[in-house]
Amino acid sequence: MSTELMVEPDIAAATEADPVEPTKRRQPPVLRRIVAKVVPMIAALAGLAGLWYLVTYVVLSEDKRFLLPPPHQVFGETLGRPEIMQPMLAALWQSVQVALAGLLISVVIGMAWAMLMAQTRLLEKVLYPYAVILQTVPILALTPLIGIWMGYGISARIVVCVIIAVFPMIANTLFGLQSATAPAHDLFTLNRATRLQRLLKLQLPAAMPAIFTGLRNAAGLSVIGVIVGDFYFQQGSPGIGGLLRVYTLRLSMEPLFMAIILTALFGVVVFSAFAALDRAVIGKWYGER
Amino acid sequence: MKTTTATLALSGVTKRFPTGTTALTGVDLSVDAGEFVSVVGPSGCGKSTLLRLASGLEDATVGRVDVDAGTTSYVFQDPTLLEWRSARKNVELIGELSGLSKSQRRQAAQEALDLVGLTGFEKQHPRQLSGGMRMRVSIARALVAEPDLALFDEPFGALDEITRLAMQTELQRLFKLLGFAGLFITHSVAEAVYLSTRVVVMSGRPGRIVAEIPVPWEFPRPPELRFESDFAHLVGQVSEALEEHS
Repeated sequence: MSTELMVEPDIAAATEADPVEPTKRRQPPVLRRIVAKVVPMIAALAGLAGLWYLVTYVVLSEDKRFLLPPPHQVFGETLGRPEIMQPMLAALWQSVQVALAGLLISVVIGMAWAMLMAQTRLLEKVLYPYAVILQTVPILALTPLIGIWMGYGISARIVVCVIIAVFPMIANTLFGLQSATAPAHDLFTLNRATRLQRLLKLQLPAAMPAIFTGLRNAAGLSVIGVIVGDFYFQQGSPGIGGLLRVYTLRLSMEPLFMAIILTALFGVVVFSAFAALDRAVIGKWYGER
Repeated sequence: MKTTTATLALSGVTKRFPTGTTALTGVDLSVDAGEFVSVVGPSGCGKSTLLRLASGLEDATVGRVDVDAGTTSYVFQDPTLLEWRSARKNVELIGELSGLSKSQRRQAAQEALDLVGLTGFEKQHPRQLSGGMRMRVSIARALVAEPDLALFDEPFGALDEITRLAMQTELQRLFKLLGFAGLFITHSVAEAVYLSTRVVVMSGRPGRIVAEIPVPWEFPRPPELRFESDFAHLVGQVSEALEEHS
């Protein structure tokens, strides 16, 4: 390795002043890194469980305890009973598919929209307000209308997802596309780059970190979107949001809490997956630190 | 009709911006093949504007700019590297934009990187390189297309003194080796004298040319030249012209 880094004598002085060597930094052992990550997580979970028991047994009186059944009861009454868990997992799986479809469509529409806006100031001025309107109209105000227009099936739920998740894709992609510096644009101008070359070789790569931020946010929002869609559109096969409503109406507290936990897990998994993807891709993209 | 055979010729150039600022007024400047001309002047005197006019990034309000060069390249103040590309891929960009084949542009990039002393660092990304090395990549990118005219916009201004001196030695070696015509903007008088065949002194805004001082020494110039009394004398002469008109 070191022979590769040998430099010509006439630039040796400069190299001494620039002591950069592509050596690997020392990393702590794998086990210690895992322990350092896992221990706080377990501690937080234990704390949460403790708080939960405290509320159930100390804060709530006997006659109100049904409002927050203790953790062991929630898990005991659901996990061991296929007649509860099977429909719940099927509903969750359906919601996962709807959310991912909604996310995919949001990514395509959001990036295309932003790339169009990045072409000229005029297009940006014309198109951006619609993106903002999508963002500012409360999704709950639009959902009934979507139901009337599109029915209460899967496609309407996907549309709800897209409406709620597309804005961060648009806004972040646009911000990213516009983040290339003026000298970098000059470089492309001086070399007579075409509009397409500028987009593909400068603007899009420069936008990657922002696009991934958008993707992470859109992923989290598409989970919210699917729950809202499920909740409103009860016909057809229920999603996890539909079951949430059913359990609420029946006051089936244990399945309700289990469904909430699954929904939260779903959101966390989606968010973490995209955060990990972000780190992996961007880290590789910009060279290892 | 061409009035000159110079590689770069500015004749009676005035530049006013839409904001009303006049950056340059009545500038006549030519750079011939085999010349390396440095421009020094107080900050805000329109030195960078001069370079943008020469490169065609801006148009003159009055006067004309003639360039007789197959290829012109530009080295920015900041290395302006694409962070997501390795050193070699940054240099290859120029070939990609002009449509060279993969093997052609790779070979040209390797040669340019070898030339600036970055052999072995091809796969490093900009963030893994020091400031001086990033500027070397930037220079390699400017030289890869074998320019007839190379424009430099204070490229070493942000570097530390030691790196800066090494880069100067390096640049005049490359000038001697490759024979491009150079136009170099700087705010360092010693840098201008060390690098150039001619130093052009500009006044404060609106910038105009107030002195042109030829520099006699042959290339390549040894680093020790900077300590000789003749060198100091010339630096003093340029500094005097600069002070008189700022």
